[in-house]
Amino acid sequence: MAATEWEAVIGLEVHVQLKTRSKIFAASDTGYGAEPNTRACAFSIALPGTLPVMNVEAARLAVRFGLAVGARINRHSVFARKHYFYPDLPKGYQISQYEQPIIGSGEMEIDTAAGPKVIRITRAHLEEDAGKSLHEDLHGMTGIDLNRAGTPLLEIVSEADLRSAAEAAAYLRKVHALVRYLDISDGNMQEGSLRCDANVSVRPAGQKAFGTRTELKNINSFRFVEKAIDFEVQRHIEVLEGGGAIVQETRLYDAEGDQTRPMRSKEEAHDYRYFPDPDLPAMRLDDAFIDSVRAELPELPDARKRRFQSQFALSAEDTAQLTAEREFADYFEALAAAPGVDAKTAANWLLGDLTAALNKHGMRIEQSPLPPAHMAQLLQRIADRTISGKIAKEVFAAAWRGEGGVDDIIAARGLKQVTDRAEIEAVVERVAGDHPQQVEQYRQGRHKVFGFLVGQVMKATGGKANPARVNEILREILNRETG
Amino acid sequence: MPITREQVAHIARLARLAMDPAEAEFHAGQLSRILELVEQMNRIDTTGVAPMSHPQDAALRLRDDRVTEHNRRDQYQRIAPAAEHGLYLVPRVIE
Repeated sequence: MAATEWEAVIGLEVHVQLKTRSKIFAASDTGYGAEPNTRACAFSIALPGTLPVMNVEAARLAVRFGLAVGARINRHSVFARKHYFYPDLPKGYQISQYEQPIIGSGEMEIDTAAGPKVIRITRAHLEEDAGKSLHEDLHGMTGIDLNRAGTPLLEIVSEADLRSAAEAAAYLRKVHALVRYLDISDGNMQEGSLRCDANVSVRPAGQKAFGTRTELKNINSFRFVEKAIDFEVQRHIEVLEGGGAIVQETRLYDAEGDQTRPMRSKEEAHDYRYFPDPDLPAMRLDDAFIDSVRAELPELPDARKRRFQSQFALSAEDTAQLTAEREFADYFEALAAAPGVDAKTAANWLLGDLTAALNKHGMRIEQSPLPPAHMAQLLQRIADRTISGKIAKEVFAAAWRGEGGVDDIIAARGLKQVTDRAEIEAVVERVAGDHPQQVEQYRQGRHKVFGFLVGQVMKATGGKANPARVNEILREILNRETG
Repeated sequence: MPITREQVAHIARLARLAMDPAEAEFHAGQLSRILELVEQMNRIDTTGVAPMSHPQDAALRLRDDRVTEHNRRDQYQRIAPAAEHGLYLVPRVIE
C-alpha cells in the first residue's frame, strides 16, 4: 500500500493588544510593566456596582484593521459575556463579541514558496484581556495582578486556509507587520501584545472533509509557531498512521521539550454560556465614523512594496524584505532620499551589513546606533570614491561601536582611498620587486597570479588603494616590462 | 420544553452554585415555566424582524480614550481577603 500523503489544515487566532491609553471598558491606564495592581481600578477588579463604558479608540483601531484587510465593518455589533472561572478574571466572565463582531470577513495575502496566496479572515472581534496569575511561592497561594485586565484585544480569526507551519508563520508575520504599520498595536510578542492560538488538523491529500483538530494555545514567538505546528502535524500523522484517532483537545506547546502536551482538561471548559452583555447596548458605527478612520489609514505594506519596486527599481525579493516592517521601510526611504545615495546600494547595505549587525546584537532597526543620516554619509563616501566598499565595512563597524561620525572615522584612521597614480605606482613597483617569481609566472601567461599580486598591493596599502586603479596600473607595469 | 433536574445541576455546576437534589428539582420546575413562556413567544412568526440584543433601543455610549482612574490599590487591598507585595492572593490554582 502506498504511503498516504497528508495535508495539514491550519487556522490561526491572533490576539492583538490595541494601543489605547486607557482600558477598553474603564478609564484606568493600560501599559506594561507597572507595579502590580496599580492600574487595576474598581472596574478592573470587578467591584460590585461598577459598569463598563466603551472606549471609542478601541473601536477606531479595530475598524482601521478591518479596512486594511478589506473586511466588512459591521455598523451594528454586540458585546457578549463569555463565562469561565479563573482568578485572573474576577468578574467571572470576559466581555467579548460572539455572534455580531465589529469586523466581518476580509482577506490577507501572504508570500509562500509557491508564490502569493490569499488567506481569508473570518472575523475580528473586540474583547478585554484578563489579568495575570503568578504561581510563585506566596505561602502556597497564587498572586493576582490585574493591571492587564481590561486591556483591549482584537482577536483576528483566520479561515483554515493555511497548509503548512511555514504558511502559518508567514501569516503571523504578516499580521504582525500590518498591526505595526497601522499603529494599532506595538506587536511586542515578549510582552504578550501579540499572542497566537493555532487550530491544527491533517487529512489525506485530496480529501475534502477536515480531520479532527486540536488547538494549540499561547504560542508567543514566530519561531515557536512554526515548531509547535510542525510537531503537532507530525503527531497527528503518527497517531492516524498507527491506526489511532485524534482527540479534540487543547494542547500547550512546551518550547524546552519541543513538543505539545494536553492541557489539564478544565471540566466543561468550553461551555462558555455566551449571552449579550446587558450592561452594554449594541455598538453602532456610522459612515462618518468609518470614513474618518479610512482617512487616517497609512500606506499599507503591499502598496508600499509595489511603490518601492517601481520607484526604486528594486527586485520583488528586496522590496518584500524592506517593507516587512514599517520602521525598516521608513529607514530605507530616509536613506534612499539622501543626495548621492543609490537605492540599490542602500538596499544592499540595509539587508546585508546593517541587518547582520542588528541581528547579532538582537536590536531593532529603530535602535540602530547609525541613524539613516549617518548611513547616508557612509554610502556617499563610497559613491564619491573617498573609500572603497571594503573599507566602508570597517568604517561601518567603527561607527556602530560609537567611534564617531563617518568622516571623523575616515580621517582619524587614515582610511581615505588612495587614487593618486604615483603613490599606487610606487607600491606596485615594490610588490613586483618583492615577488619576482609571481611576476615571472604572469609573464609566462599564467594570469591567475594577477589576483594574488593585486591582493599584495591592497595589503601593502592597508586596503586603501582604489582597486580599479591598482588593476589598471599593475597590468600596465607587468605588460610594459614583458614588452 | 421542560428542563430536567440534571440540566439544572449541570448549569449550577458551571456557575459554581451549590445545589442539593431537592433544590434542583424545585428550580427545574420554575425554569421550565419560564421556558414555557418563551415557547409561547416562539409561535409568533418573526420573519424579517431583527433580533434584539438589548431590551432598550439604545446605542452604546462611547467615551474618549482618557485616563481618569488613578491608583487606589491600597484602598482596594484593605478590603481584599489577602494581599501581599501588591498582589491579590487567592487559593492556589495550577494549570
